[in-house]
Amino acid sequence: MVETKGLVGNLTRSRSTLRTAALVAVAAALVGAPGYLPAYSLVFLSNLGMYVVLTVSWILFAGTTGYVSLASAVFFGIGVYAAVLWRASLGFWTAALLGGLLSGAVAAGMGVVTLRLRGAYFSMFTLGAVELATSATRWGEAHFFGRVGRIVLPVGQETIYYAMLVLVALLFATWELVQRSKLGMGLRCIGEDEEAAGHIGIPTTWVKVAGFCLSAVFMGCAGAVMATRWTYVDPRIAFNLQLSFIPVLIAVFTGSRRPYGAALGAVLFVALEDFLITRLPYHYMLLFGLVMVAVMLYSPGGVAVFVSRWWEQVLAWGRGERRAVTR
Amino acid sequence: MDLNRILDIVLGGVMLGGIYGLVSLGLNLQYGVARVLNVAHGEFATLGAFLTWWLYVAAGMSPLAGLLASLLLCFGLGWGLYQLVFARLQRLVRSPDAFEAACMLTSFGILFVIQNVVILTWGAEVRSYAYLPGALRFGSLVLPVNRVIIFGFSVVLGALFYGFLKGTRIGKAIRAAAQDRSGAASVGVNVHNVLGICFALGTGAAGAAGSLISMTYSIHPIMGFEYTVIAIIVVVLGGLGNIPGSLLGGILLGVVGTAVTYWQPGLAVVAYYFLFVVLLWWRPKGLLAT
Repeated sequence: MVETKGLVGNLTRSRSTLRTAALVAVAAALVGAPGYLPAYSLVFLSNLGMYVVLTVSWILFAGTTGYVSLASAVFFGIGVYAAVLWRASLGFWTAALLGGLLSGAVAAGMGVVTLRLRGAYFSMFTLGAVELATSATRWGEAHFFGRVGRIVLPVGQETIYYAMLVLVALLFATWELVQRSKLGMGLRCIGEDEEAAGHIGIPTTWVKVAGFCLSAVFMGCAGAVMATRWTYVDPRIAFNLQLSFIPVLIAVFTGSRRPYGAALGAVLFVALEDFLITRLPYHYMLLFGLVMVAVMLYSPGGVAVFVSRWWEQVLAWGRGERRAVTR
Repeated sequence: MDLNRILDIVLGGVMLGGIYGLVSLGLNLQYGVARVLNVAHGEFATLGAFLTWWLYVAAGMSPLAGLLASLLLCFGLGWGLYQLVFARLQRLVRSPDAFEAACMLTSFGILFVIQNVVILTWGAEVRSYAYLPGALRFGSLVLPVNRVIIFGFSVVLGALFYGFLKGTRIGKAIRAAAQDRSGAASVGVNVHNVLGICFALGTGAAGAAGSLISMTYSIHPIMGFEYTVIAIIVVVLGGLGNIPGSLLGGILLGVVGTAVTYWQPGLAVVAYYFLFVVLLWWRPKGLLAT
């Protein structure tokens, strides 16, 4: 018995050493990437980083609690406008940080108002918030400044790449920390059964607001970073509705509530986007829509099946069953 | 602000509200009955608007004939979409909440397809045409002829939809399916077909509303989403599955929108949203809920 235990212990230890080694290797490869990759790859990787940040931070709150938020574009856009306001005066890094904080603050306010709504009402509300943000910003720009769009002072591709890398690393670290913390426990409990979570003394409102806020901080930072690459932004570009749906699509597509699976989904998605944009620029959006519908309907195993299995899992955990429900 | 100005705003708002009511009635049929939260709903209005404009400019067809064409086209498209896409999703996804999420994502894909088909077919420019530009005078009150016609048509169409649901056998089946799907199925209602018709009626209403929109406003290919958001707000305002509630809610929103636009153009959507927030706090089940 003791020997078996020792063996398992050794295996676990060696596996964790292996994992650490792999992690260090990947990190080193990514940090050194600007040295050996062609310039375009950096653009591709920063783009990938943006989708990873959006998706993983979406899962952090929405995927865990089951509150399907469609406000990602709002938080991202707030970050974009933080870069508009502060990139030139306060510098790139400060602007990115402020973008995150501002998004978090807006999310906190929005969360207090909306997070008592359940199910589809919450989704509708957050979806409408995108149109609200677009039209309020457009009005503000026209009314107070007499303009439509703005120029953002650019930074080098390398800086953008490193900023995204830092953001992704911070997000994964935050994910691990949250999962080990009371906050993560609270979020998971809410996802399983909110009423029961309330009964055992979890302050559900605060946990939800904190989770919503935390995920918005990362989306806002990502927006501020990406704005410096686009250089010209207007309300339609900043609050792009697509950015609300793509994280959900990736999360659902990979059927995953874990960040590493979602990151893999993001890789597939960005590769597809890259392929379509370069080959068929005029039909890209049309094809994007068709792919989205096709993925929902015909992907092997059916992404829709993923949704339902994912949902059933949430419900099963709510009933206190530990194991996933099989088909 | 004198009395005439107020009357102007109220009448203008009621006319705009007729269009909102029609769009929202469509979404209510889709979401309130068929449980499909169709994010692409407003795109059918875009499609109807562009079809009407194109028939008028290219073939000289009356926008009223265009309205009929849009209604039929969008009804057909909605029927096909339901059978090909949403019925399949319904079979794939068993849990109602997951079905709603899946519908939202799928219809978002459809939104892009329709939007880009419109752009590729008719271009990305803002379009408009002059239809019955004259005015009716009642004493000191001046009403544009086309808006009166638009309001008349939206009320007639709304009443027709309502009468259809109340008076016909299919309408009764739709209401039965809305109340209790398995109960309706067990008394012999072909729920599958009924929901398909319901969804198609919804897209048809959006298409007709789009035609009406094109008669007085300028139209552009990405205008649809704003109408989707308005319809969502109105459906919540009037109550899920409540058809007269949608029409009344639409008119209320139209009046609010016109008043805000008079005061500060560009803030209408912000005002709708504000109303939405207040409402969700105050009466989360709809204004007319008992």
